[in-house]
Amino acid sequence: MLTRLMRNEGVWLFTRSPAAILAAIATLAIVAGAAFAPWIAPTNPYDLASFSLIDGLLPPAWEDGGSPRFLLGTDDQGRDMLSSILYGARLSLSIAAMAMAVALLLGVGLGLAAGYLGGRFDAIVMRIADVQLALPAILTALLIDGISRGILPREMHDDLRVTVITLAIALSLWVNFARTARASVFVERSKDYVSAAIMMGQHPLRIMLRHILPNIVGPLLVIATVDLASAILLEATLSFLGVGLPADSPSLGTLIRIGMQYLLSGEWWILWIPTVFLVVLVVAINLLGDFLRDLFNPGMR
Amino acid sequence: MLAVEGLSVQFTDRFGTNMAVEDVSLSVDRGEIHGLVGESGAGKSTIGAAIMGLLPAAGQVTAGRMTLGETDLRALTPVAAHRLRGKRISMIFQDPQTSLNPLMTVEAQLIETILAHEDIGVAAARARAVSLLEEIGIANAKDRIRAYPHQFSGGMRQRVVIALALCSNPELIIADEPTTALDVAVQAQVLDLIRRLASTRGVGFILITHDIGVIAQVSDRVTVLRGGKVMEQGQTLRVLGQPEHPYTKALMAAVPPLDRKLDRFHLPRIAGEALPQAETDTARVAEDWLMAGTGSGPGPSLDLSGITVRFRGERRGLFGPRDDFVALDDVSLSVRPGTVMGLVGESGSGKSTLAKVIAALVHPAEGEMRLDGAALPPMRARRRADPSRRLVQMVFQDPYSSLNSRHRVLDVLSEPLWLYGLEPDARRRARLARAMLALVGLDASAADRYPHQFSGGQRQRIAVARALLSRPGLLLCDEPTSALDVSIQAQILNLLKDLQARFGLTTLFISHNLAVVRQMSDDIAVLKEGRLIETGPSEAFFAGPDAAYSRDLLAQTPTVRFDMRAV
Amino acid sequence: MVAFAVKRLIQSVFVMLAVAFLAFSLFAFVGDPIAQMTGVETSLEDQDRLREDLGLNDPFVVQFTRFTGDMLRGEFGYSFRTREPIGAMILSRLPATLELGTVALLISLIVGIPAGIYTALRPRGVISQSLLIGTLIGVSIPTFVIGILLIFLFGVQLGWLPTYGRGGTVEIGWWRSSLFTAQGWRSLILPAITLGLFQLTLTMRLVRAQMMEVMRTDHIRFAIARGVPWRSIRYRHALPNTMIPVITIIGLQFGGVIAFSIVTESVFQWPGMGLLFLESIRFVDIPVMSVYLVVIAFFFVVINLAVDLLYVAIDPRLRVKESF
Repeated sequence: MLTRLMRNEGVWLFTRSPAAILAAIATLAIVAGAAFAPWIAPTNPYDLASFSLIDGLLPPAWEDGGSPRFLLGTDDQGRDMLSSILYGARLSLSIAAMAMAVALLLGVGLGLAAGYLGGRFDAIVMRIADVQLALPAILTALLIDGISRGILPREMHDDLRVTVITLAIALSLWVNFARTARASVFVERSKDYVSAAIMMGQHPLRIMLRHILPNIVGPLLVIATVDLASAILLEATLSFLGVGLPADSPSLGTLIRIGMQYLLSGEWWILWIPTVFLVVLVVAINLLGDFLRDLFNPGMR
Repeated sequence: MLAVEGLSVQFTDRFGTNMAVEDVSLSVDRGEIHGLVGESGAGKSTIGAAIMGLLPAAGQVTAGRMTLGETDLRALTPVAAHRLRGKRISMIFQDPQTSLNPLMTVEAQLIETILAHEDIGVAAARARAVSLLEEIGIANAKDRIRAYPHQFSGGMRQRVVIALALCSNPELIIADEPTTALDVAVQAQVLDLIRRLASTRGVGFILITHDIGVIAQVSDRVTVLRGGKVMEQGQTLRVLGQPEHPYTKALMAAVPPLDRKLDRFHLPRIAGEALPQAETDTARVAEDWLMAGTGSGPGPSLDLSGITVRFRGERRGLFGPRDDFVALDDVSLSVRPGTVMGLVGESGSGKSTLAKVIAALVHPAEGEMRLDGAALPPMRARRRADPSRRLVQMVFQDPYSSLNSRHRVLDVLSEPLWLYGLEPDARRRARLARAMLALVGLDASAADRYPHQFSGGQRQRIAVARALLSRPGLLLCDEPTSALDVSIQAQILNLLKDLQARFGLTTLFISHNLAVVRQMSDDIAVLKEGRLIETGPSEAFFAGPDAAYSRDLLAQTPTVRFDMRAV
Repeated sequence: MVAFAVKRLIQSVFVMLAVAFLAFSLFAFVGDPIAQMTGVETSLEDQDRLREDLGLNDPFVVQFTRFTGDMLRGEFGYSFRTREPIGAMILSRLPATLELGTVALLISLIVGIPAGIYTALRPRGVISQSLLIGTLIGVSIPTFVIGILLIFLFGVQLGWLPTYGRGGTVEIGWWRSSLFTAQGWRSLILPAITLGLFQLTLTMRLVRAQMMEVMRTDHIRFAIARGVPWRSIRYRHALPNTMIPVITIIGLQFGGVIAFSIVTESVFQWPGMGLLFLESIRFVDIPVMSVYLVVIAFFFVVINLAVDLLYVAIDPRLRVKESF
């Protein structure tokens, strides 16, 4: 079994790449920490009763004045930083993953159909993609946020914040998937196995989903990984700009924005610990994306 | 001049090392053309790269001596080796479409190469470049030298490539499949040019090719390679005329002759190679199933009349007319029931387009098709459930792209049975698929594997099995063997001949190779630039074609002359 | 070639129309302009009259046409929040963003392209590997964190450079420029690096990937086989072939520069269009939002059109059609 596994090129290359292994471990650890945050985290940062101002601004446990109760210190409200970070990562990751999934479905669906059907449908989808490209991701996301503020009453807007942010990120990322899927479909379409399926009279949906889709998974997987990283960055940026998630349910970006107030003071941990956490997460995901890209592009090795 | 002794090249990959070239010795004299011939994996290109000092990073020369005149090629530093390239050894690549820098004029590329090796002025270099282009057969070279590569046709581009290889007056040129990407007529001209340059300029050539016809036509001496080892070496006439090594004999037996039609290729077993043993009992199941469906009568007749295909071109200017490309122009053709119609023509003649029109992959602008007298609707009118979908099947050229690499062979083969409702029960579909594999000469266990685990020839067998599993009446074969080695080609041709005869399949067999077509067809049709040049019984055609174009085509096909053949 | 240019022009016009439509929809459907413009004390009749006067009761198509016409004439309307003409607001902010974006783009190209070439030619070298790891971290750090880091390092710890705003500007007509004083450059440099760094990593990776691909092509192998000097192979043969696809993408990256200028301007309180846009979002100032949208798309489209035409100038396959 192990030898058969090692014959697989991807697995073999993975075992030779310390960077990829490290990245995989880091990603898994963070994802697990985020997923199990309610069970792992020492306190619940959303529960006002679980922290008190008396514990405010405590440094991490290894610093002078630190308390072993708060491994990574506390913020001005006395909230445990570790718990905040785990819950923040949970929020950031689930928004990013949801946004990525929506973008994937929308983008791959449109790209697949555009590449396969060609003609007018393709032209329309690509022109929409052009417009989307002229309005970069952050701009799109900001706009959607702005629109939702204009349309929705204030309370509803606050309630729907996570949904709005997720949709905003998804809408700014679908183009990547659509363009990649379309380009790959063009390559596959010219191959004879697709001609054979068309000639036999198979249903176009069956040809797209059962014949072509499995053959373009590689490049899509790369885009999905890279876009997951972009989605995390985008969410963090929006929250940093103050249009993302509010301070009472902080994501990683919100934590960093709050931390910015302590840039000039001595409480470095409030800013830098969430920042380092965010960067490590994104670096790890991007490293995996790089590994996948090299895997599907053998010439680049 | 060039002497290679005991050359071994080793490639290292993650599974370990393997010898790509083992103990190869050869020599090339001034003005001599030395052919390296062999099937894929024979190591011919690796030998060329080793002499050039351009092996890929994973490759390494492990033993042997290579000397050019007094120079020991293995002892050169990288800098000295690069200085020697072009100056004393140069190279011609296979595809003239990609061998030239698209962003530089031919002039700039020529002058740069000359100046890289000789300390003469730009004006002198330009003068030499112009006269070289003239010598190589480019008319009006003075003006055309200023053109970009994309402004030349394929054959002309290969001449420019040769001029580039030649402009620094090297002693030796390694030509790696220099005519494989070219049409027969252009191939003949390029081979003539190489022959002429060898004799007038005294340049030595190493001619790497898989095509024995090319070797027979131009080379003085030949080395037959297999699996990185030399099988046989000597004067071309002797090696091809009286081959001694069993491998050479087998290779010669597999080359389709242009001058007669064989019933079957007689393929002697080569030592150490197991011929596929069809399991007759299993295969019988598939055979009976096919017979039960089609009966014993011959397949349907196919009649095409006035087929015209236009592809939309680019607009000339902003409001100018479109440069529509006429791929097929009023082609009328009939295939008699149960016979093979061979369709030949150069690239761009529209032969594949015709097959696609019949298969409903391309929509004809005009024309009518009939299958056994009943109207065969064209692409846009052919419904998915049209009965002709099942009756008309196709075997494609490239076995690496015609099977979905993400599907198991069993899924590939079961698909037509399921799609056409031929076999409702999944277990029986699987059984039939395995039986069909046995019928086309593969092990039934092949069904459980994926296409990438098979060689090109085996994949083509799978493609044939897929076509048969829809119980077809009409089989379209679009260059089914042109991506295959010659010995595999012979096996596939034998298979197609057997199946065609046994099941009376009406067949349209497309190839650019006249010799292959002769082996397969009862009738023949010649296409040129979308027009039908002539059609008629095959044997009469090869005895003496009517049209001048057909005569040229026959004359230009490189052949292994009858007196040289061993059989 | 003319056909190509015209085709791209038509596509660009389409994109602009689509963006204008988006901007107009924002204007027409998000929020009620009358409610924004008038106070509680305005009577319903007055509101209706105002609505009629502003043409808000006209059919959608008429309104859209009028909107597009106004945009074309440079009449952008008034901000809900400040009641100032938006054209003047944008114009006063435009130089700051353009200078920031241009300097950032130049930094990314001047460093990114040579670094990409270097890492493509020596893929296994120590410098290449560290550069690659550097870019990987570069694309993974959000722009605002880079900004914070730079402020912390050069502004707070070392105290070398100002950390916010735009100092030392010189007015040339209506254009306020940072480029003519040392103080202006000192203010500009941190935001420009922040903005350029992300683009730099993208440019470098792109150039590297393209160049490695080109180095494997047949025509490069042929040039090596005929002994063309390495310098020429790299810079005369490989580099131009590399740059053709790269140029297109660099055009698209301009969009990224604009988008991230919003973030950079926010971190450094740089008084450009991005900051204006952020403020307009916070205060749901719809007219400013829609004009910003149109202006940004316009720049993006114009730059990409220019890139396409540059493409034609470089690639003879597009320029010279006739064959022998």
